[in-house]
Amino acid sequence: MEDVIIGLEIHVQLNRLQSKMFCGCSTAYHDSLPNSHTCPVCLGLPGSLPVINRKAVEYGIKVGLALNCNIEGETLFYRKNYYYPDLPKGFQISQYDYPLATQGHIMILGDDGAERNIRINRAHMEEDPGRLVHAGTIDKAKYTMVDYNRCGMPLLEVVTEPDLTSPKEARVFLDKLKSILDYLDVFDGTQEGSMRIDANISLKGGDRSEVKNITGFKGVEKALSYEITRQKNMQRRNIKVVQETRHFDELRNITVSIRSKVGAHDYRYFPECDLAVMRIASWVPAIRAALPELPDVKRERFVKQYGLADDHAKSLTSEIKLANFYEAVAARAAPKLAAVWIADVLKGELNYRDLSIESFKEEHMAEIVQMLEKSTISEDGAVQIIRNLLDKKGGTPREIVLALGLCKAEDDAVQKAVKEAVAESAAAVADYKAGSERALNFIVGLVMKKTRGKADASEVHRLVKEEVEKV
Amino acid sequence: MLSKLKAKLLAESCEEYLCRLFEGIGKSSLNAFTTLAKESALDEARQFDKNPGQGLLAGVPIAIKECISTKGIETNCSSRILRGYIPPYDAHVIERLKAEGAIIMGKTNMDEFAMGTSTETSCFGPTKNPWDQSSVPGGSSGGSAAVVAGGEAPCSLGSDTGGSVRCPASFCGIVGLKPTYGLVSRYGLVAYANSLEQIGPLTHTVEDTALLMEVISGHDRRDSTSAEGERHSYLPGLKDGICGLKIGIPREYFGEGVNRDVEKAVWEGIHTLESLGASWQEVSLPHTRYALAAYYVIAMSEASSNLARFDGLRYGSRQGGDMDWHTTFSAIRAKGFGPEVKRRIMLGTYALSAGYYGRYYLKALKVRTLIKEDFLRAFKDVDILASPTMPIPAFKIGERINDPLSLYMADVFTVPINLAGVPAISVPCGFAGHLPIGLQLIGPHFCEAAVLKAAQAFEAATAFHEAKPEVI
Repeated sequence: MEDVIIGLEIHVQLNRLQSKMFCGCSTAYHDSLPNSHTCPVCLGLPGSLPVINRKAVEYGIKVGLALNCNIEGETLFYRKNYYYPDLPKGFQISQYDYPLATQGHIMILGDDGAERNIRINRAHMEEDPGRLVHAGTIDKAKYTMVDYNRCGMPLLEVVTEPDLTSPKEARVFLDKLKSILDYLDVFDGTQEGSMRIDANISLKGGDRSEVKNITGFKGVEKALSYEITRQKNMQRRNIKVVQETRHFDELRNITVSIRSKVGAHDYRYFPECDLAVMRIASWVPAIRAALPELPDVKRERFVKQYGLADDHAKSLTSEIKLANFYEAVAARAAPKLAAVWIADVLKGELNYRDLSIESFKEEHMAEIVQMLEKSTISEDGAVQIIRNLLDKKGGTPREIVLALGLCKAEDDAVQKAVKEAVAESAAAVADYKAGSERALNFIVGLVMKKTRGKADASEVHRLVKEEVEKV
Repeated sequence: MLSKLKAKLLAESCEEYLCRLFEGIGKSSLNAFTTLAKESALDEARQFDKNPGQGLLAGVPIAIKECISTKGIETNCSSRILRGYIPPYDAHVIERLKAEGAIIMGKTNMDEFAMGTSTETSCFGPTKNPWDQSSVPGGSSGGSAAVVAGGEAPCSLGSDTGGSVRCPASFCGIVGLKPTYGLVSRYGLVAYANSLEQIGPLTHTVEDTALLMEVISGHDRRDSTSAEGERHSYLPGLKDGICGLKIGIPREYFGEGVNRDVEKAVWEGIHTLESLGASWQEVSLPHTRYALAAYYVIAMSEASSNLARFDGLRYGSRQGGDMDWHTTFSAIRAKGFGPEVKRRIMLGTYALSAGYYGRYYLKALKVRTLIKEDFLRAFKDVDILASPTMPIPAFKIGERINDPLSLYMADVFTVPINLAGVPAISVPCGFAGHLPIGLQLIGPHFCEAAVLKAAQAFEAATAFHEAKPEVI
């Protein structure tokens, strides 16, 4: 598929912020009544004025740095003028010349398994418009309602160069970007509509189409795959692919044309004089110093420090919470074994239940790994404990072991060792019967040897005594 | 004036005074007030009569230009498209006025969205000049000037984007100040050209303007262009005199195109200042002739974007049936805006369009920088500048309204001040026949105190501000 050229524009809501981009309204509007999280500023009432949310700009710089971008010394806002009902001022405050961050890159694993460098053209700040709610489907709705709660949410638009060569690579790129945003703690991907993607795609020699406003990474992959098929079919039939904007219909898994670029918008960008130019050069050192360890660096460290396989390291570092969880477990139990069990088993069980890593306790996982390490429990037993804990049947791993008798196999082994040891120690048995209590210690030692020290010594003492009495 | 009024209100009754004002307005033929806030104003007056309070403006009634947001009082910018819009919030200046005990009387007529020099483009029809009811009061704050000159309100607020406070002050024979850009918060001022405009007072005396400035100026964090720093006080030292003051006379502001009576009165004014201990010298502001072109490109470009929000969806009037989005909002805007507003939106849209942006908007910004530098250079040699406010006295209603270019030309001495962002005041300095003439005094950025002091000295030495038109 080397003839496919893909570039992405990703709109990320910086929804970990408490307030909107240019006013004091709260960003926690998701469970609220329509138009209840609004004020004169985000409603664009006559006479209202925007004030920059400084924290939002800091977050933007943070992302820019994590994407290896240059941060501009001075950055400013522009007005992007167009009429739409979700845009109450008739323009969107966005950036144009001198965006916050330019010329970055991130590494991803390409389709061929080799590392690929995906260039970032720019990252700029803007305000989210409101949300249109159509009565029915977009083409058949009799009327449309507008909810301005989302209006003014801080957005960061990340624009890539056309460096992606397949729908799968686009997906891998998005996963990587999401992982970085997660590490920076600027973005909560669980909120509806928090990341929206415009995908530009063309086949070599053809014009490009832009599929707008796709939510979900699977959607991006599907929309792009559909576009490749569509454009290839057109080429095969010698129909020219025209430059146009298309909409991805998630239900039908197809893209449909919205408008051709012929009557393209002229957004009449010009500087927003209600806001001052921001001199941010001096902000950068402190923000850079406070950047957390990012996924790639952490992955390398996991490989080196814990001796993990690269796959496991990658899986464990995809989310910051998972990585932290792993490190907490690895501090108390065998790191390699912990990696296998967290990456291969726990993650799968969580995904199956649509749960996050927060629904599992670090100390529980450490205990499970410790028991596995000592062979106190079998692998099947460990899986059962994990499932039990996730399905909220209560208790600790040890209690579950006892309750479900998961230690059985191990108890049998100890019993067996006791029987063998007693049978092999006729002299010691005789000594005991003759009144030498200490003779039992020899037999206990033998049992401990047979169980490679994993049995509980006092328990073994009790069992040996019982067995000897029977002789 | 206002200090005397305050004493009178304390001795007598604010309610009765206000009732008399409203009675006069009821009989007035000036068409200067658009909306009256009679009920709330009388309520506040009765409260004042019970407990006058300590505010700087306690009990003082004030009229507010239509484009300044007033909570609960219709704010329509004299445009059909905003008819019925009652703001849920007060502009910063209104909050300040209320905090100091002022009583909001109502809203005053203006050119639609402040686009005009004559208050003729209003959807409520033209306001009349109290000195000659067949003449315009100037604009765009024509209503705010006429209510003060005509005795309908003791003071008012206007807004000045390219001369909109100073022009009507000049035409109506009162005092009007355009503050330094950033001195008064624009929060709540409905934007026409947001990089140029400031809210300013219109009063009978310089002292009243200084008093109002004490109240409305100062930092507001809701306006990012609002200057930080301590609040200024303009009353102390106001009457210190102008001995040793160096006045610059910009040669480009005299001569061709200036009415002879105006030029004569202004020169007499300059000589009066000279007799008070000031000296004058000629200076040059060489880029003046590019100011009008730059001003109109910038103002119209900004306006085309600022007025985009009026689509009838959320507030204001919504005439016509519901069709698809583009048809609906286009019809609403076609019906809601008057011809001058449409002209400016279209010209501004054109100037910002791809391919023209560099040729018009960016070029205008460069000219703006040159004009600002003209002023900075001049202020190295002199303390303030003096010029006519308007090149002509008030013209007849209907005389120029169909000739937009001649109207735009009238702003020639006021717009450079907005481009440079410096403060300027207009004070009455004579008459052309029975029509007042204004003297414009211009100061460096944030030097309102110097401008006010010079204006105060001039006023104290002359009697023009005491002349009253025979209205009512």
